[in-house]
Amino acid sequence: MKTISKIMLSFIALLFSGASIAQDTDKIEMAKEMMASGKIYVVIAVLLLIFLGIVVYLISLDRKIGKLEKEAKNQG
Amino acid sequence: MNERMKGVWWKLLAVALVVYTISAGLTVEVPALAILHETIRNLFFHVTMWFGMMILMLVSVVYSIKFLSSSDESNDIVASESAHVGMLFGSMGLATGMVWAYFTWGDWWVSDPKLNGAAVTILVYLAYFILRGSMDDPTKRAKVAAVYNIFAFVLLIVFLKILPDMTDSLHPGNGGNPGFNTYDTTPKLKMVFYPAIIGWTLMGVWIVSLRVRLKTLAINKMEQQ
Repeated sequence: MKTISKIMLSFIALLFSGASIAQDTDKIEMAKEMMASGKIYVVIAVLLLIFLGIVVYLISLDRKIGKLEKEAKNQG
Repeated sequence: MNERMKGVWWKLLAVALVVYTISAGLTVEVPALAILHETIRNLFFHVTMWFGMMILMLVSVVYSIKFLSSSDESNDIVASESAHVGMLFGSMGLATGMVWAYFTWGDWWVSDPKLNGAAVTILVYLAYFILRGSMDDPTKRAKVAAVYNIFAFVLLIVFLKILPDMTDSLHPGNGGNPGFNTYDTTPKLKMVFYPAIIGWTLMGVWIVSLRVRLKTLAINKMEQQ
């Protein structure tokens, strides 16, 4: 009888310990709601816009330097 | 057209990869880790800055060695301009790292071997530019700078990799770290992380190529006058 109750007790303890671990991972906040409502795409759009603005700027620099190179070639 | 495509395809690749990094980087499923939470996505932005910096510094030191063995001035231009852009990436890495540290470790700066190593590395490369600026004779400047650059790259390896590895560091990837280690790098993270490294680095290479072309033009013009 004693051994059975011991096993039962340890089994229950095991159950609870498992539950508490599961709870810990549930508590970690992740931006799930933000994803669900789709608003994260607004942030992506803003970031992409900034990045593409920089890219357009680099392209214009690239072209300007290309023009200068052509001029230097024609002069030389 | 074909000839033009040759110079353009890698720039297109760079832009495409960074666009992918931003879009997938913010939406990809990430492991739920304590303390880090969603900030683990900084892996695609903060960490890639340092990878880009190290690759650009490697390019720089390779061209410095090339200069020493050939005395071709164009090698010196590539070495100095890629070190310049490498510094830009390193500064971005330091600044983004401080923001990330504040919200996960609780302070803008902690006295950690990885962080102090990063700061020293930045100073070592600042000295490279001070050294360049202090000499007027272009041939002498190029030679001394090339030799110092080799020394600087060795210090970069020591301060960013070897020393942090030898001690415990808060920073992931070195010593014992409870927050984030290689086991936490899921395949989904890697699917964004590796393209992100290539994309950001290629963006850096693009800027280097612009700077090299501009510098070459300026030097040629000076010589004509």
